[in-house]
Amino acid sequence: MHLSESVSTGFFFLAPWLVFAPLTGLLINLIFSKWFKFSENWVGAVASLASGAAFVVSVLLAYSVSLNHGEVVRWKLAEWIHVGTLNLDWTFRIDSLSTTMMLVVSGVGTLIHIYAIGYMHEDVRFKHEEGRFNRFFLFLNLFIAAMMILVSGDSYMMLFVGWEGVGLCSFLLIGFWFEMDTLARPSWANSNAAKKAFITNRVGDFGFLIAGFLMFWYLGSFQFDEVFKAAPEIAHSMPWVIVAITLFMLVGVAGKSAQIPLYIWLPDAMAGPTPVSALIHAATMVTAGVYLVTRSAPLYTLVPQAQYIVAMVGAGTALFAATIAVGQYDIKKVLAYSTISQLGFMVAAVGMGAYVAGMFHLITHAFFKALLFLSAGSVILGLERGHHAHAHHVAHDDHGKKKKEGKHALSKAEGRKEEEHGHGGGHDEHGEVFDPGDMRNMGGLRKTMPVTFWLYMIGTLALAGIFPFAGFWSKDEILLDASLHFTSVYWQLTIAAFFTAFYMGRQIWMVFFGEARTDAAKHAEESPKVMTVPLMVLAVLSVAGGALNLPFEGFHNLGHWLGHTLGEVEGLPLDMKVAGISTGLALLAILISWFLYGRNPLKTGEIDPLKKPLGPIFTGMEGKWFVDEGYFAVIINPFNKISQFLADVIDWRFWHDFVHDTVILGTYNWLSEIALNEYADQKGIDGFANWLGSATQSVSATLRKVQNGFVRSYALSVLLGVVLILGYLILK
Amino acid sequence: MVPVNYYVALSAILFSIGALGVLIRRNPLIIFMSIELMLNAGNLAFVAFGRSYEIAGGQPFFSGQIFVFFVIAVAAAEVAVGLALIVEIFKTRKNINIDELNSLKG
Repeated sequence: MHLSESVSTGFFFLAPWLVFAPLTGLLINLIFSKWFKFSENWVGAVASLASGAAFVVSVLLAYSVSLNHGEVVRWKLAEWIHVGTLNLDWTFRIDSLSTTMMLVVSGVGTLIHIYAIGYMHEDVRFKHEEGRFNRFFLFLNLFIAAMMILVSGDSYMMLFVGWEGVGLCSFLLIGFWFEMDTLARPSWANSNAAKKAFITNRVGDFGFLIAGFLMFWYLGSFQFDEVFKAAPEIAHSMPWVIVAITLFMLVGVAGKSAQIPLYIWLPDAMAGPTPVSALIHAATMVTAGVYLVTRSAPLYTLVPQAQYIVAMVGAGTALFAATIAVGQYDIKKVLAYSTISQLGFMVAAVGMGAYVAGMFHLITHAFFKALLFLSAGSVILGLERGHHAHAHHVAHDDHGKKKKEGKHALSKAEGRKEEEHGHGGGHDEHGEVFDPGDMRNMGGLRKTMPVTFWLYMIGTLALAGIFPFAGFWSKDEILLDASLHFTSVYWQLTIAAFFTAFYMGRQIWMVFFGEARTDAAKHAEESPKVMTVPLMVLAVLSVAGGALNLPFEGFHNLGHWLGHTLGEVEGLPLDMKVAGISTGLALLAILISWFLYGRNPLKTGEIDPLKKPLGPIFTGMEGKWFVDEGYFAVIINPFNKISQFLADVIDWRFWHDFVHDTVILGTYNWLSEIALNEYADQKGIDGFANWLGSATQSVSATLRKVQNGFVRSYALSVLLGVVLILGYLILK
Repeated sequence: MVPVNYYVALSAILFSIGALGVLIRRNPLIIFMSIELMLNAGNLAFVAFGRSYEIAGGQPFFSGQIFVFFVIAVAAAEVAVGLALIVEIFKTRKNINIDELNSLKG
């Protein structure tokens, strides 16, 4: 354990720039973009460069850590909280685990920043809100900064600051189009999704905070090393403390990483723009929970019971979410449930103590799920372009005009023109809302969007765990660990892997194969280079990411690297049986999906071919097993009823009508009208004043008789007065 | 030398006559004359006391005599104003009976 002073080699002094770099980008865009009239490309470039700078810093830090043979370096930036026995500094913790997270966050984050330049350029135009372009990148940079605080913090409290920061950014970005729903109709659906995410996370944060309080109370610190040092003794004397800390922490993990029972916010979070779904709700923020458990490995290792619960929660989530993904029609919803399922894999892995496998899957998942989400964004925009272009054509046909180059119906002027013709705002000719994210509106896109198609295929194969893509290696490592330690977890995950391959196959067949089911799909257009090039980088990583930690002797690079922080563990060799079963199941699932969706492609308006054989089971999958409805029935509706009761009866009738109006207002009225007005004021004060007046009058009425106007009587009075005074003076 | 007591007694008698005149006569001219009598009674007393204490503490002491000059001056001014008032009253009311001049009655 070295504090910064004792370390001379390396670039550790750059650590604060992990946070400052994205903040600088944010401030530049915030302050100067209006003054100097930054174009969209400039705004995007500033934000991307800021994120890229954080990536460069991460690379330098990782290099410095390797120079120091994995030694932990704590770089103190400032004193933070010093109260009583609580001593917290704003210290960056640079070790192999945190630099790994930094590289993933800033690396994938930078690629998504670049992609977002192209994506948001069109998104803001489809929604006729071009002024919001800048805001998006402000939030994105803020997110990178918060995430960097999260992964580089040296104490649970600093981690919590980042934890809340990313939650805030998540909220802001889910509700980015806060005044509409996902189809750009005026509605509060998007802001409700944002609130749902925030409130659900609040439940998780409550768990995190309780864990933090317990930690401070019993272990006396928030600082990682001190906590881990104090923990074994407490685990010996009061094991329930560590169990409570780890389980409350699990509540936080379930909130942030979308595990049962708090996963419900993540599918709704797809209301945010697609780069957000990729960056925050797939690649980075949602993995914060996995990072937290990995970071707290010394605590979890002390309590196998808690580890078991974590593993079961993860495995259950993996399987449960995978089944829901099968029944979804929205291209992003499928990926959202897939993300929940994959996060389940990671949580299960770290729960089993297979931290390296969990982190490995975290990294590869960041690559291929970001790839998939961004490709899905490309598909959605392609459809939107096709829809607008087509609507444009039809509009001109209707008016008997010559067909124009309607291919780029994206500029605001043209958008307005469409509105005049009644085809703007995502409405098709029949006035129905066109959903560019619904897979039933797609089909045959491999011809119109070939680049996106191949990128999507790579992501799919990586997610499905097909050899030799990245997902194969990381998923197999988790499965292998599970097969050795937890048989039930192993089987749950294996079945989940089967479903994963199935729903991804279904998606591929529905989206890219067969014939176009709508005019929009027929006229879909490929995305520009600014979007596809970052995807190609991610595709390369999705293919080659497995090389980080191959299950062969001497290739456990990631295991060795993380071993500096987590303690060296021996890398497991490839188990042909486990790999064979999972690959076989994945291929079988793809085959079944081809049989159902590929052989006879879905026609326009046709129902899902799974619906008939599965019946109610499919309805359950389609309806997300009605968990949301369950939450409504069990928690939200009773809560609303209680609130209504409190508002109506307790607050309004009792408190307002009775206490305020009757008791307080009545007493006040009585006091003011009767007691104070009638008695004190009218009778008391007025009476005294009136008495004073009438007394003066009566006295003066008597005295006025003295002034009779006869001078001689006055003279007599004077004389008598003189006589009296003189008499007194003489006789005294 | 006539003792000062005599002067004071004469002064008191004159003052009493004057006061009595003010109280019982109704003609303002007579009342004015009575007032003059009272003033001069006072003057007499001043002069008498001034003469008997001419030297006080080895120094000449003329306060009594000087005071009398002031009284005479003030009395002259007063008579001038008073007579003017009486003339005006007579002009407006054709009557100067003092018992009928009670319009300042409270």
